[in-house]
Amino acid sequence: MLESIIETVENEHRKRPFGRVRMIRLTLGALAAAEAESLRFCFAIIAEGSVAEGARLDIDTVRGAGWCADCEASVALTERYAPCPVCGGARLRLTAGEELQLTEIEVE
Amino acid sequence: MCAICGCGGGDHAHSHGLSDRSHALASPPYASSDHSHAPSIEFGAGLAAVHIPGWSPQRTIRIERAILSKNDALAEINRLRLRAADVFALNFVSSPGSGKTSLLVRTITDVLSRRPIAVIEGDQQTSLDADRIRRAGAPAVQLNTGNGCHLDAHMVAQSLDELSPIPGSLLFIENVGNLVCPAAFDLGEAHKVVVLSVTEGEDKPLKYPNMFAAADLMLLNKTDLLPHVEFDMQACVEAARRVNPAIDILPVSARTGAGLSAFYDWIEARRLSYATAPPGIEPLNRRISR
Repeated sequence: MLESIIETVENEHRKRPFGRVRMIRLTLGALAAAEAESLRFCFAIIAEGSVAEGARLDIDTVRGAGWCADCEASVALTERYAPCPVCGGARLRLTAGEELQLTEIEVE
Repeated sequence: MCAICGCGGGDHAHSHGLSDRSHALASPPYASSDHSHAPSIEFGAGLAAVHIPGWSPQRTIRIERAILSKNDALAEINRLRLRAADVFALNFVSSPGSGKTSLLVRTITDVLSRRPIAVIEGDQQTSLDADRIRRAGAPAVQLNTGNGCHLDAHMVAQSLDELSPIPGSLLFIENVGNLVCPAAFDLGEAHKVVVLSVTEGEDKPLKYPNMFAAADLMLLNKTDLLPHVEFDMQACVEAARRVNPAIDILPVSARTGAGLSAFYDWIEARRLSYATAPPGIEPLNRRISR
């Protein structure tokens, strides 16, 4: 995942050259298949030798939410594929929390 | 006291850039008795050492791109390529030791006379599994991921160059034994098949929901061991349906062959419906169901 982030930044650098990358901002859903802590832990190692070396990694976390067809309401979700935490029903559609996006970079 | 630098005022000679505020005295309190506070704004202080109106040396570039989009794009190319070659690909995922390779060996033995089969074997290291597949009579490519925990679409594309499966064949991709990461990586397959053996817990679909949600078929393997283990088949089916109400479930034993004919029928039925489905529908469906 981090390699694909660095690759996107390097592609951007080829398109419109810039100096140092100061910051990389990710949007990460709380229920997405990635952990903010692991990403932070590995980032410096993966970025080494690339245009993003020394950049700060900012991660915006999006909480999980779903639409329950029985409650007819939006409910907060802390687990995927779990029943509605309010009514226990199964007619639940995930509406937020799966984001995994490279949002923006700040460069010099 | 000098209001700008806080020095004793008049103790030493210094200038604040204002002609009438210079003050000078005989006994300076500081070693450096001369300094200047001339107000200045450095437009060329940034890395670029130049100022252009409306352009800051530090800027933000909006990207807003899904992080796995590169893999998804490569997977779509694989999918189109496989479809054009009339090759039906299944991506087998499970924990290590669920019996994926034995299941494939048995399937090759039973089906190869009717339909050509090619296999991509993913493991951290060794070519032991590909050797077993080749001994069963099918061409196989071994992919060693080293420290990687999953196969990705690029690896599969390279294997396809190597294998070039003949039209009408089945392509079995045996992913690295791991119930977590392979769920997130589309390889361009028609379906993911998750293999769960009865020697594991029946609650695995709840503990590793992403994988069971991504799969279209769950094979419950090693059913010949059911009399010897505590495994609640009904609870397992309920757990799987809870994370994926549409999942197909077939109990099989790769060792005795029990239930395998239903699996072979499933493959043929899905191969037919996949071949006749208009291309371009599946990626759309996947995007909707995500």
